[in-house]
Amino acid sequence: MNNSVTGTARLLGAGLRALLVLTLVCGVVYPLVVTGIAQGLFPGRANGSEIEADGEVVGSSLIGQSYTLPLKEGQKTPEPDLKWFQGRPANGLGTNSVNTQYRLVLSGATNRSADDEELIQWVKDAKAAVIRDNSVGGYTVEPSEVPADAVTSSGSGLDPDISPQYAHLQVHRVAQRNGLPVEQVEQLVDAHTESRTLGFIGEPRVNVLELNIALKDLTAKR
Amino acid sequence: MSPVLAGVLQLLALMAALALAYVPLGTYMAKVYSSDKHWRIEKWIYKGIGANPDAQMRWPAYLRGVLAFSAVGVLFLYLLQRLQGVLPGSLGFAAIDPDQAFNTAVSFVTNTNWQSYYGEQAMGHVVQTAGLAVQNFVSAAVGIAVAVALVRGFARSRTGELGNFWADLVRGTVRVLVPLAAVAAVVLVACGAIQNFSGIHEVGRFMGGSQEWNGGAVASQEAIKELGTNGGGYFNANSAHPFENPTPFTNLFEIFLILLIPFALTRTFGIMVGSVRQGYAILGTMAAVWLGFTALMMWTEFAHHGPALQAAGGALEGKEVRFGVGGSSIFAVATTLTSTGAVDSFHSSFTGLGGGVTMLGMMLGEIAPGGVGSGLYGMLVMAVVAVFIAGLMVGRTPEYLGKKIGTREIKFAALYILVTPALVLTFTAAAMALPTPGDSMTNGGAHGFSEILYAYTSASNNNGSAFAGLNADTQWFNTTLGLAMLLGRFLSMVFVLALAGSLAQQRPVPVTAGTLRTEKPLFTGLLVGAVLIVTGLTYFPALALGPLAEGLAA
Repeated sequence: MNNSVTGTARLLGAGLRALLVLTLVCGVVYPLVVTGIAQGLFPGRANGSEIEADGEVVGSSLIGQSYTLPLKEGQKTPEPDLKWFQGRPANGLGTNSVNTQYRLVLSGATNRSADDEELIQWVKDAKAAVIRDNSVGGYTVEPSEVPADAVTSSGSGLDPDISPQYAHLQVHRVAQRNGLPVEQVEQLVDAHTESRTLGFIGEPRVNVLELNIALKDLTAKR
Repeated sequence: MSPVLAGVLQLLALMAALALAYVPLGTYMAKVYSSDKHWRIEKWIYKGIGANPDAQMRWPAYLRGVLAFSAVGVLFLYLLQRLQGVLPGSLGFAAIDPDQAFNTAVSFVTNTNWQSYYGEQAMGHVVQTAGLAVQNFVSAAVGIAVAVALVRGFARSRTGELGNFWADLVRGTVRVLVPLAAVAAVVLVACGAIQNFSGIHEVGRFMGGSQEWNGGAVASQEAIKELGTNGGGYFNANSAHPFENPTPFTNLFEIFLILLIPFALTRTFGIMVGSVRQGYAILGTMAAVWLGFTALMMWTEFAHHGPALQAAGGALEGKEVRFGVGGSSIFAVATTLTSTGAVDSFHSSFTGLGGGVTMLGMMLGEIAPGGVGSGLYGMLVMAVVAVFIAGLMVGRTPEYLGKKIGTREIKFAALYILVTPALVLTFTAAAMALPTPGDSMTNGGAHGFSEILYAYTSASNNNGSAFAGLNADTQWFNTTLGLAMLLGRFLSMVFVLALAGSLAQQRPVPVTAGTLRTEKPLFTGLLVGAVLIVTGLTYFPALALGPLAEGLAA
């Protein structure tokens, strides 16, 4: 009996020492070495791919933002600022619930199922809004032209991209609101359209923040 | 190019990359676990542990090593989270609640990495890097160690000795996981994954004002999270978060990392039992199931049945534009056919049938190719069952790799196979029967049931992905899911090691004309059938109530 107790204690001691040594290797040396290499070789990327407009950091090219008007009195959700290209809906971000001293950028999906009544309604409402907002000055958006990414929330809720279809669909509205010729805005979208990596990896996409920064430059030049 | 074609090409590129890595990595790992030389750093580590790496262990001793190391791991990680409030370098984050800390500690030690916590809000640098990421390494190394012990059971005769647990643990970590993870982490940073210790800081916004970002050692954790088939993300959105998985290329690269070691281990197995063709037969089985599931997933996701997806015109709810439907489908199958559970898109919003495919993948026992180590030993146990079935059909004593599959061996194999279904079905039934657990569901009807079935399937099989609509941060779920993870991992390992010990004691049976040739395609076909029938049928009633009901209604 006594033997098995000391045997167990000895074994647990060995386990603890193994854990501590391996913590040193995998939990201290490894992350520090990788951080050192990362900061040495790719400091911009390792620190979040920050992006500037007019000399000021306005976010990360990897993290989607909202382009909305300030909340008016009595409003619960802000209205989109139609001057700018809009990103995808983000209905599943959740709220800051622990460590509320921070206002962190949160991430998350809706996790609604394909037959969820509320999700069906969100999709329908989003589609109606996309059609309403973008049908301007003789240009009408048909329901069949609205791509799926325009009316669904992404997995992270921070999707930086939209599909080229959704970007093109917003061109007339953005041109009108900014007093720019449609062709010029079309060219801007084309210039910011990234095709599949090596022609087959992923999907074609337009980075909304980079597009809006370019748009801002364009309007400032006029 | 159509999205479907692009998806198929991505799958082909992935297969080519895995094929290129198969021989070198599989051969290297066989050397790692067979060599009698120790690296200098390993000698220091053995001195630190106070263990003799050359002492051979029989299965009870090997098992005791596994259990002691894991028990200490759970306790250490639990305390680390409970003490977070006073630990330096923790961004001022508070301690984690006891039930959630228990759940998370168990989750990472069992290679599950179920997340009942909200990563960026709750876990500081120290817990993430010195706690969670360390278990990402060592829980994977433990998995490979147990698989290697089983392989030695087949390879050795009349000894009962299975190797030394400490040596296998340390070598797996130092020679396999750390070097591969370091390279992978640098690749991820080069593509945009973050790697810094700048804590929480303010960054401006385009429309004015500011946002607060969470920095961290993300790339280094992401690399081992995929490579060790762990799956616990730095951020709540896991591999959908652009800081974890920034580009379409990193998406494909992360899928590659997930599948790399589990597939290559079949070659390690082949070399160690003295016939690489035996390894190919196991590989063929794994690859057939994996490709079948991926094709099924792509088909259902591109078809996007279900009212919300039909209204949207595509299955992009819970998916990122840069990955698209194709990349997300490949990822979802890879993560649920292994014990990874990382997600680049949210399974709960997949089509009904797509959600069912992810669940069925886990229910097969995650053996195609499965978690690092656990996939190989799971598939080898299935192979034992398959030769037993074949033996019954022709009325001959079954044998596998020169070892008789007698009463004792088949009992251990059967017990192994019963562990997870018993856990999944019992806990799911209990959660459905009791009044309060159902309150955690976000969705109603068949999908609500699926949320709970998914949770216990994921926990018992040590996967860690979720139909994340379920609010699992309750005392009931934190506790029962924790128990499911513990039993699903370690009870299974008891039977695997007992089987290994029993095999290693036997004397080899000579190959005769009547021996079932287990290196032939016929056996691969038999094994695929055994996998699908044995496990598939166990779960059919439960699947019919959840994903099948949802999928057929759509």
